[in-house]
Amino acid sequence: MSDLTGETPEAPEPTPEGAIPSVAARLALYQRAGGVITPILTALIAFLIGGLVVYATTGKNPVSTYKAIFKGSGLSWLSPVSVHWHTFYPNGIDWTGWDTNNLTALNLQQTLIIVTPLILTGLAVAFAFRCGLFNIGGNGQYTVGAITAVQFGIWFSGLPGPLHVIIAMIAATLAGAAWGGIAGLLKATTGAHEVITTIMLNWIALWVGSYLVGFNGPLQDPRQISAPVTRPIAQSAHLHVFWGNPLLQGLHVGFFIALAALVVYWILLNRTTLGYEVRAVGFNAEAARYGGISVKRNYFLAMAISGAFAGLAGSIDLLGWQFNLDLTTVQSVQIGFIGIAVALLGRNSAVGILFSALMFGALLNGTSSRNLDPSIFRPELAGNLTRIIQGLVVLFVGADLLILYLWQARKKVRLSQRKGAEQA
Amino acid sequence: MVDEAPVLELRGITKRFPGVVANDSVDFDLRRGEVHALLGENGAGKSTLMNVLYGLYHPDEGEVLVKGKPIRLHSPKDAINHGIGMVHQHFMLIPVMTVAENIVLATEPTHAGVLLDYGAANRRVAELSKSFNFAIDPGARVESITVGQQQRVEILKALYRAADILILDEPTAVLTPQEARELFEILKTLTNEGMSVIFITHKLNEVLEVADRITVLRRGKRIDTVDRQGATEQGLARMMVGRDVLLRVDKAAPEVAESLLSVDDLHVVDDRGLEAVRGVSFNVRSGEIVGLAGVDGNGQSELIDAITGLRRVSSGLVTIGERDVTGDNPSSILDRGLGHIPEDRQLRGLVLEFSLAENLALHDFDKPPDSRWGWLFPRQLIRRARDLLKQYDVRGGGPQTRAAALSGGNQQKVVLAREIGREPSVLIAAQPTRGLDVGAIEFVHRRLIEARDNGKAVLLVSLELDEILSLSDRVLVVYEGQIVAEHGPDVSEEQLGIEMTGGGREVAA
Repeated sequence: MSDLTGETPEAPEPTPEGAIPSVAARLALYQRAGGVITPILTALIAFLIGGLVVYATTGKNPVSTYKAIFKGSGLSWLSPVSVHWHTFYPNGIDWTGWDTNNLTALNLQQTLIIVTPLILTGLAVAFAFRCGLFNIGGNGQYTVGAITAVQFGIWFSGLPGPLHVIIAMIAATLAGAAWGGIAGLLKATTGAHEVITTIMLNWIALWVGSYLVGFNGPLQDPRQISAPVTRPIAQSAHLHVFWGNPLLQGLHVGFFIALAALVVYWILLNRTTLGYEVRAVGFNAEAARYGGISVKRNYFLAMAISGAFAGLAGSIDLLGWQFNLDLTTVQSVQIGFIGIAVALLGRNSAVGILFSALMFGALLNGTSSRNLDPSIFRPELAGNLTRIIQGLVVLFVGADLLILYLWQARKKVRLSQRKGAEQA
Repeated sequence: MVDEAPVLELRGITKRFPGVVANDSVDFDLRRGEVHALLGENGAGKSTLMNVLYGLYHPDEGEVLVKGKPIRLHSPKDAINHGIGMVHQHFMLIPVMTVAENIVLATEPTHAGVLLDYGAANRRVAELSKSFNFAIDPGARVESITVGQQQRVEILKALYRAADILILDEPTAVLTPQEARELFEILKTLTNEGMSVIFITHKLNEVLEVADRITVLRRGKRIDTVDRQGATEQGLARMMVGRDVLLRVDKAAPEVAESLLSVDDLHVVDDRGLEAVRGVSFNVRSGEIVGLAGVDGNGQSELIDAITGLRRVSSGLVTIGERDVTGDNPSSILDRGLGHIPEDRQLRGLVLEFSLAENLALHDFDKPPDSRWGWLFPRQLIRRARDLLKQYDVRGGGPQTRAAALSGGNQQKVVLAREIGREPSVLIAAQPTRGLDVGAIEFVHRRLIEARDNGKAVLLVSLELDEILSLSDRVLVVYEGQIVAEHGPDVSEEQLGIEMTGGGREVAA
């Protein structure tokens, strides 16, 4: 029996416990480092393999292909070189007679118009991810948002502009939230897996939308019996174009709404009790339940909020540049799926999503037939190149761990080589 | 029977991980026919050393000699080929396969090189088990035999691969006292046959019972190797921890007052739809610790979950203070003055990816001052965390550190800080020291006693009888979902052991 009852654990007792965290802390550091490096690596490898496909299948030079895509994306507008070019050669030297800088600006506007909904559908996937849910339903939620926006854009045509826009956007956001919320509700009440239900809801949205805008559908424009398209929305519901010519599809203020959504996403997750609950459920649902958090409620809310982001995306596209909805558009929505790649590559962080949305937006616009010189690479193939890269990104992000492992294995090899050298 | 020539020798083993030296020039030798205990706290480097020996890690310096010859181990396969067998703490068995199938796995006897020869497999396993008095049915499915028997299957697996050096990693962690005693008998048989055993543990009493020699590791260094003769628990503990340790918990007589938690004829159904708690009634009064002793899986988890609102109650009543809380949701029960140290801190107690500040707010994040109108105040979380971490002596990180980065002992301190820090009237502690080392156990025990002395009603659920006996003022024994006995604090371990396994019913061999 010891008489050291008074001894407190503050006694000089550097337990081995002190040593363990530092190992874990190092590991955490590696992972954090990997958090920036691996997505970049992932993208690079995807581009590399995409380039190999280009070379192997068409014999074209992948480098010049990528250069052309980059040029078509208009991103070079941001680089100082092009700005200086403009300064030294105010009229440009392009033999087409276009002002190079203006063409680049036009391309960048197009890219950012695509980036805008990509950010939002990326957020729609990311928010659900943070709650441990996989939202495949971005497409359906987007479609529902677009349909709602077109209806509200046609109604209330007497309203002043900003108010009309806001009403249409809120309605579309709520519609998207409802669409996502259905999947969340089903998950919470019956345990139905959200992957299955969101895919089903995608198809429901697609066919309901097709019915609504299709021939003799309730939303079809009665003045154009021969075309499956809705009436255009009122001028007051158009989003303001702040850069470029509105007639040439300039960049609308929806871009700023998407940027604001990134901020909202971050605040929601990190500065609200709702975000705390969502993250707790996402990391460890059992601990959250033990802590007194209703897991079911969070499943519903997370899916609804995800759907809200996607619904907002649908309304921005519609109010920003589409202005009406036709059958082909409804049936060929892909943006929700690209959002998955955006969220995965962006690691569900606000900043990451911004950059990966920029990358995918640039890729999509750069490979569009209008922007790619057919002598360099056939645009109809280039569109598929985008999809290949998109697929590879999803594949590689799943292999994050593999990349991290290789990263560390390389270190190990180096270490043992050094040791071998010492011994020799 | 002990032969002086070492069958195994580790010389100057050094293994570094980034930022830490897990093994610092450790020497270790194993003689033929001895049980050599490797003693140390969690993180002292025991596992690292054994992983080096088993070929899982490559040492940065030092060499391994088997029977005098230096060898290089690149994988567990090399270790097996050199006659080294390891029984892990978590068994590596396939539950749906039979004992014999598990044992011959990877070295199956076959017909014509393709078809598994079940007959031969069963026969060989039966012979082997008989030669060591193991009494195991080779045809039984692993999932249907007891944990103690599963452990013997693991040992047989090593023997089947012709191991003569056996590493046992914390082998008694999962056993009842009776099963542990049987294991010790088995180890005697094995060493009499000329096998050598390395016995890894942090339990002092076991070491003195089973080992011939004892090597103590502390923070990666070998402190000393001593013979069992002349070694004392107190002396070993000092070597392990580096200071004097309180092995017995000192506590004053309880000052019992009114009942704060009462459970009345409670029935609870488990995940498989079977009744796991079958009419349990008891109460816990202010100022006492009631210990609930029982073998794992006799309804303890379901009982706790039902009390805390995490599981539906089929029938019966749960009362906290004066209030009926049966069927309430977990957060309102927590707010009625319940603290709950869950049995699995990593699964339930903590969100490992959360910072410590966030973890400490797990119950209160949705109330002022942590938040208002749904708006979270991270700085308030950090402020409170800073106080609590200091109060509970959590080391290895600050409020912003992720919980995953802490050691087990410090993680548990965080859970304790949260649960006791809320000043509950009733505290449920489920296996509060599982997987902790001596120093941390001492800390947890002291905090529980302190809670009791502050007038809380403490319900302690533990599989460790030592713990139940040293802390409890009353002991309840649970068996198959029912309370089968109640004792004062001075009941013997043997008595509890018998009642825990069904009241003198024969313990399966």
